[in-house]
Amino acid sequence: MGFLDRFFRRETPRKSAKERLQLVLIHDRADISPGTMELIRKDLIKVISNYMVISEEGIEMDLERDGRSVALVASIPVLEVKRKRSREGDK
Amino acid sequence: METRIIVVTSGKGGVGKTTVTANLSARLAMEGFKVVAIDADIGLRNLDVVMGLENRIVFNMIDVIEGACKLPQALVRDKRVDNLYLLPAAQTRTKDAVTSDQMKELCDSLRGEFDFVFVDSPAGIESGFRNAAAGADEALVVATPEVSSVRDADRIIGLLESFGKTSINLIVNRVRPEMVRSGKMLGVSDVMEILAIDLIGIVPEDDSVVVSTNKGEPLAMTNVSPAAKAFEKIAGRIMGKDIPLRDIDDLEEKGFLVNFRKLFGRRGGRS
Repeated sequence: MGFLDRFFRRETPRKSAKERLQLVLIHDRADISPGTMELIRKDLIKVISNYMVISEEGIEMDLERDGRSVALVASIPVLEVKRKRSREGDK
Repeated sequence: METRIIVVTSGKGGVGKTTVTANLSARLAMEGFKVVAIDADIGLRNLDVVMGLENRIVFNMIDVIEGACKLPQALVRDKRVDNLYLLPAAQTRTKDAVTSDQMKELCDSLRGEFDFVFVDSPAGIESGFRNAAAGADEALVVATPEVSSVRDADRIIGLLESFGKTSINLIVNRVRPEMVRSGKMLGVSDVMEILAIDLIGIVPEDDSVVVSTNKGEPLAMTNVSPAAKAFEKIAGRIMGKDIPLRDIDDLEEKGFLVNFRKLFGRRGGRS
């Protein structure tokens, strides 16, 4: 089984253990709940929307691991840069 | 030499902290160092039985802390190996019987008296673990290649770092090379990549460990089994010897060849 798994790059229990651990540890280390992540996401949208028009659906936000540290990485597609800073609620 | 106080910890229970403590203490004593092993698992003491010294306990660590006896009275001297001592835990008390400050004071009182002080930490992340770590300069984190153990080890490493411990080394225990090669189990390289701390040794799964625990005779004292050899190497690295960690390659890199052999009928059963 091991040989064939390796040959065809199939998902082995070893690989899934590693992947599951890496995922769970990102959250353990950051100690951030999915609920908090959602709040950060909403706040980010609010702040950035003051300056740019962004695609809310296109936002990708996740915690990434680098050695023993964790980084918050967000990719936010910009549709348009606003000329002037609009006031909150102007929209 | 300056006394080195080393806490042996893991987070998860049953991964081999006590076995590691007993064997490294015995091995370093055999190398001529004066060593004391402290059982910090108050209320659930076990280091005494693993070391085979349970019948000779008179006083314990709490007696020393509370002033019921002097430190030398509580130390159990091992008659088989010169320079090896045990400071047992109290069995009828709870972990709240000591504070971190008392533990630190106790450890500091051993400085100058011993070359090595090993502190066997209880499982968990509560006061027992915190007390065990309080007086230590260095930490050895024991993990087995299982998701639960590695996850707990990661938490412990984070806590040790938050306590300001800078010397933290990893021991991967109970490795089963056959299962790693066939992709059924996490390998040492996987664990290292995930935990991202320095590796100081790899201990293979070894039935001799069970036998030695049953006899109350640390492997390091008598045996030449694979685990005993692994402990000897780890002790050497602690002493500062440059012993390459060749084990990893032996355990994992040869995987292809072994699997190839297996394909032609030589199925590796349980060793």
